[in-house]
Amino acid sequence: MLHIVNKSPLERNALDACLRVAQGGALLLTEDAVYAATRGNAAAEKITAAMAGMKVYVLGPDLDARGMTDRLLDGVTTVDYGGFVDLVTEYPTNQSWL
Amino acid sequence: MKIAILINEGPYQHQATDTAFLFCRAALAKGHEIRRVFFYHDGVNNSSSLTEPPQDDRNIVQRWSKLAEEHKLDLVVCVAAALRRGIKDENLAPGFRISGLGQLVEAGIEADRLVTFGD
Amino acid sequence: MSEGTIKKFMFVNRKAPYGTIYALESPEVVLISAAFDQDVSLVFMDDGVFQLKKGQQTKGIENKNFSPTYRALDGYDIEKLYVEQESLDARGLTEDDLLVDVTVMTREEMGKLMETMDVVLSF
Repeated sequence: MLHIVNKSPLERNALDACLRVAQGGALLLTEDAVYAATRGNAAAEKITAAMAGMKVYVLGPDLDARGMTDRLLDGVTTVDYGGFVDLVTEYPTNQSWL
Repeated sequence: MKIAILINEGPYQHQATDTAFLFCRAALAKGHEIRRVFFYHDGVNNSSSLTEPPQDDRNIVQRWSKLAEEHKLDLVVCVAAALRRGIKDENLAPGFRISGLGQLVEAGIEADRLVTFGD
Repeated sequence: MSEGTIKKFMFVNRKAPYGTIYALESPEVVLISAAFDQDVSLVFMDDGVFQLKKGQQTKGIENKNFSPTYRALDGYDIEKLYVEQESLDARGLTEDDLLVDVTVMTREEMGKLMETMDVVLSF
């Protein structure tokens, strides 16, 4: 299934909760969660570890808005809103970790 | 594909409704059907016609109304959550309607996907 | 219309009660789902487990105590209540602290259950 996280991992536990429970599938980071997939972030190791079991995507416009595009972790795929829609249709179920 | 949307947060305070809007626009551009957009919790504040953002900011409420008009979207505001927050038919923006939570469950049943946007 | 369609709905509660309104407003949609004869599962994890804590006394904060709602779920044929073990452990709670009967699951079991759902709503 598709897991969607929209909160900074340094402010909330949504990413931790998601990664604790998720059984593969895909992870899409949006809004403030995009910081998790940037080099030097304290949560970056968690993302790198998660990539062993799931595909990790980041919403490009949110990364751009925050000036973090050039710090994106290797292996994370950038999508636009159309790509977000494609992920939702590709996976039968999705869960927003609010 | 039929997609239903649930929005749990109001305009401006959280990015959730912006993301939901841009998601809907992208889905419609790809030929998908937005079965219903349901506004719950503070999300009901997206429907207030009394909203007046500064000129240089996006008008979130009008943007939803316009998208609804262009694509015949069904924008449903939860009645219990709306009354709690002072949203009534008198100050409901065009394109929105107030109804019960059954509309959310029905959308979840009828749509192929339901995506939640919140805080 | 939707008559006859039964989907598996899961409601994921991850927020503590009273600090925000989610725990108060969300059970309403759970009850409606049951009224639509859907297959309803209710999950409590992270701070959401605090919603089920026994002994909530809300007089002092002048808020409605909505925890009895959970005891009424039985009457709506909502019997699938799941709590994640690690969330309880991290908050110093055990099953005995909860005001309703629940099924306690490991995180893997919870993740697998989630994968079997048709619609997952998170509050």
